[in-house]
This record gives sequence, C-alpha cells and structure tokens, in this order.
Amino acid sequence: MNQHSPTDQRPWIAIPHLDHLWFQVAGTLCNLTCAHCFISCSPKNDSFGFLSLSDVQRRLEESVPLGVKEYYFTGGEPFLNPELTAILIETLRYGPATVLTNGTVLKDEWLTDLRAAEDASIYSLEFRVSIDGCSPEMNDPVRGAGTFARAMKGVAKLVQYGFLPIITAARVWPIEQDRAIVDRFLEVLRDAGYARPRLKILPTLHLGAEETRTHGYLPSERVTSDMLDGYDQSQLVCHHSRVVTDRGVHVCPILIESHGSVLGQTLSESLVPFAIEHGACTTCYEYGAICSNASSQPLGQEALG
Amino acid sequence: MMRIALLGGLYSNYLALEAALVDARRRGCEAIYCLGDLGAFGPHPDRAFPLLHEHGVACVRGNYDDSIGRELADCQCGYTDPRDNHFAQLSYDYTLANTSPANRAWLRSLPGEIRFDLGSYRVLLCHGSPRRTNEFLWESTTSTHFLEHLADEHEADVICGTHTGIKWRRDLAGGRMFVNVGVLGRPENDGRTNVWYTLLTHRRHHAPRDGILEKSLALCDPPHAKREDYGEIVVEFIPIEYDHQRLAAEMRAQRLPEEFIETIIAGWWTTCLEILPAKERRRGRW
Ligand code: SF4
Ligand code: SF4
Repeated sequence: MNQHSPTDQRPWIAIPHLDHLWFQVAGTLCNLTCAHCFISCSPKNDSFGFLSLSDVQRRLEESVPLGVKEYYFTGGEPFLNPELTAILIETLRYGPATVLTNGTVLKDEWLTDLRAAEDASIYSLEFRVSIDGCSPEMNDPVRGAGTFARAMKGVAKLVQYGFLPIITAARVWPIEQDRAIVDRFLEVLRDAGYARPRLKILPTLHLGAEETRTHGYLPSERVTSDMLDGYDQSQLVCHHSRVVTDRGVHVCPILIESHGSVLGQTLSESLVPFAIEHGACTTCYEYGAICSNASSQPLGQEALG
Repeated sequence: MMRIALLGGLYSNYLALEAALVDARRRGCEAIYCLGDLGAFGPHPDRAFPLLHEHGVACVRGNYDDSIGRELADCQCGYTDPRDNHFAQLSYDYTLANTSPANRAWLRSLPGEIRFDLGSYRVLLCHGSPRRTNEFLWESTTSTHFLEHLADEHEADVICGTHTGIKWRRDLAGGRMFVNVGVLGRPENDGRTNVWYTLLTHRRHHAPRDGILEKSLALCDPPHAKREDYGEIVVEFIPIEYDHQRLAAEMRAQRLPEEFIETIIAGWWTTCLEILPAKERRRGRW
C-alpha cells in the first residue's frame, strides 16, 4: 500500500524533484550469479526482461519536461542487452549516462562506438565496474570463479579506450578493514595499468541472494517516522530517483522485486511519496547515497537562507 | 550598456582577488559580486575581507562561509573520499582559526542568493545551485532540461553559480542561460597558473523599426522582455594572472599542505579529484 495520508505516522519520503532516472535495462538477466546479488540475477532469471531502444527513447522524451538531470543503466548485466550501445548513444544526446557493469563481457566494437559517442557529447559517460575485493581470493567466492581476472581485464580495456571506470566494491569484509583494503585495491588497479583509479565502497543489501549468503532483515530493523526527525532525506535514493523496468516505474532500483514498489506507468505518476518501511531501507538510512556517483552525491544541507 | 563582474570562490586567494578587482574596474564594471566561499585552501583568510568592503562587493554565502560563520565542525563541501576529506579538514581548521570574530559575524549576515535585473533579464546569483548551496553542477553531468527546470522554478533568466571550481556556460531556451563563473581561488586543473572570473555585459539593441527586425530580435530576448528593452547578455570569462609564487610562499610559511601549494604552482588539482565526473577528470593530470 502506498497511499499517502498526511496524518499517518509512517516514514513517508516525498520526491521534490526527479534528478536521477534509472533503467533496469537488462532486467534480471546476468551472465554471473553472484552470491550477494540483491535481486538474485542469473543467466536464467528473466522475471524482469530487457528494455528496448524504443522503450528507453520514450522514457527519455518523457523525462525532458520533468527536468531529469542524469540517467543510470543497470541490470542484471546491461551489456547483455543487444541494444545497449545504441541506448547509451541515444541517451548521451539527452544528458549524462552512467552504466553499471560487471566488466566481463565488454567488446571492442562497443567501446569504439561509445568512445566516439562520449567525445561527440557534452556529457560524461561513466562506467561503474563491480569488483568485490582486491584479489581473486576475496572476489571470486562471491562473484564466481575466474571473475576477478575477467573483470580486471574489462577495466584494462575501458582504460585503453580512454574511460576512467569507477570500481565499486560491495563490502564483503568487516568494515574495520576498509582502509587497508582500499589502499591495497588502489595499488592492484595501478599495477593493472589503471593510473588514476576511482574506487567506491558500497554496503551490501540483505536482499535476494545476499539474504541466503548472510542474513535478511529482522522485522525490528525498520525505519520509523521518528528516525526521520532532523535526518537529511536527500541521502536516500528514493528522494530523487525512480527506476523504469518492463513492469512500470518503481520507487528505487533496490526494491524492484518488492510488493508495492511500482508507483505508476508514467514517470509523472511515480512522483508520489513512498513509505520506507522495507528492511533494505535501513541500509539506505544508515549509509546514505549508495547509488549515485561522487560527482552528483546529493550530500549536505538544504538550501541556506 | 551595463557591465558587471562575477567572482567565484576566493579560497583566501587575496592576491588574485586584488588583481581581479583592478581588472574589473579597468573594464568599466558598474558592480562586482562574489558568489561565495571566501575562505579555504589559501593563506591569511582575513585579508580578503577589507578588499571586498573597499570595492563594495556584494557577496552570496557559500557553504564554506556558512560553516566558518557558524563555526561548524567541517566545510560541508560534500566530499566523499577520505583523502579529500583529510585535506579539506586541514584547510578548514586553519581557516576557522584565522578568521576574526568580526569577519565570522559578517559571513553570517550574507544572503543565500542575490537577484537583480540586467536590462530585461532576471539574474540570480547563487553558490552551488539555486536549490542547494553545496550542489555540484558540472558541465558534463548536468542536462540542459534540468537547467531549464531550475530557470522556470526559480523564475530567473540568467542563473550564475560557482562551487565546482571550473567555469562553463549553457544556453537555454528563450535567451536564458546558466553560467558557472569559475573561481579566483585556484587554477582550474588545466596546467596553467591563472585563475578566472566572469563579466556579464548587457547590450541594448536599438528599438526595432520594422516588423522583420522586431521578429528577429524577439528570438534572442527572454519571453517577458519589455518592448523598449531589447538587448542581449554577453558572457566573457576573464583569465587573471597574479603573483602565484608569492601566494605559494605564504602558504608554505603558514604550513598549509604541500599538495595545495603544488596546485597553485603547477595548475593541476592534486586533491578533491574523486568528485570530478569522467570528462572533467580526464582533462586534468591526476
Ligand atoms: S551482482 Fe551484478 S554481476 Fe552479480 S549477479 Fe547481480 S547483477 Fe549480475
Ligand atoms: S530501499 Fe532505499 S531507496 Fe529504496 S525505498 Fe527504501 S530507503 Fe528508499
């Protein structure tokens, strides 16, 4: 139920403006089957399907009068969608694009075309490559045998084409080890030929496969309306983003499988408040801004004065 | 014709400020504005204030000014990388300790935005964006329709900001525009030692004499332009050379981080790199 009534005591989050529009462009299809995937993507999971170039085109047009600032593409593995290159090229005519990939399936001809498209655009094309740790010993148990080496090859290829991928690592280690692992990771990336590595550490979300790998959320782990007192809501993805899937427009990329996450069939319909009562909302609440790039992190105070 | 000067973040670079003020007066500016972030990065934060008062520079309050004014624990710059935060904190602590109580009080009195008309154009000066003081609006990560939305929402024809440290502009529909005025505080990551400020000049067109001319002029005027007030806004980015070696020496004497001094001398950013989007990052060296 997502019926906002101003008097109820649920933790409602309104969306003052749609800054970031996400596309679940590969649905839940992925060439990998990571043990911590929060939407349990796999080569067989087609519960969400691909978005076509014309689906995306229609949404881009819809986004113009709403003043959307940036576009993000995720899956599954976006590059499994045969139209992805064309989709990104089209998007760069509208605004900045970021694509989240596991880096294991990148082809030279796509990168040649994307290099040319970014050069021709005033906007950035960002790649975010998921690698969960600085060694095969850390990464492979989570992402699958051989994936560390394959993803590092993908990074080297992106660098070769003049991209500066942001490496995102889910924290599959104790938080106290962050500093040491970040330093080691940067070293490993430099050794692999990435001279100015960009690295972002993300918390894991205890949903989907990760629920089995570690644990889910306890019923007591919930954000309450009291907890929103004095809290900077702009930290939350649902405060400034929506995601398009083949089922409609959902509140955020994290909850697409949750009941009630479809807020409408058009972007405008989806711009209604959402009660952040799911277990995963506690992770967003605690860590903030887990989905955006550092350059557009909506951190900090509201307008002064 | 009416000309104004817009100064971005000063970051305590009072030597560049001095040079820019002289330059702006020489170019016939009728008014000079500063878009906030007076302190940070450079030496002797108190030295910029008398120059601003002497030249009647009206200032917008940036996130740094808000922090220093209210003696907050950090600069609210919105960095996410621990290394960036480390350096940001060093310069923040130095700036806070060296800003006098009177100047801190003055910072508290600054407005979050300044509005005025240039000809028939409604100009809005802010620090980051009109909706949030510390919002980063980078050229390569800000869609044109987002800027159109800001212009509509905030009822402005010319929106000017600073905060990111790199100048850029985008033309919008109906003769409107967004301008990032750059900063005087440090070079803009291009291997040059100069810094930048911005001139806005309003040029009045002659009153339209016939229908054809009227039509063509209407195309470049904002929708609400008064008939007698046809004109255009010309934006110019002005490079400023100043005694950067002296600034570097003073920074060293004040024991400010070598990383900052290197930026002043070499023109490449060495910190706060993680917040740069891909395109802007690629243009730099580190
Ligand atoms: S975490 Fe990413 S790469 Fe791994 S299965 Fe899920 S979508 Fe695929
Ligand atoms: S999971 Fe996060 S982004 Fe999604 S609704 Fe909950 S708080 Fe918002």
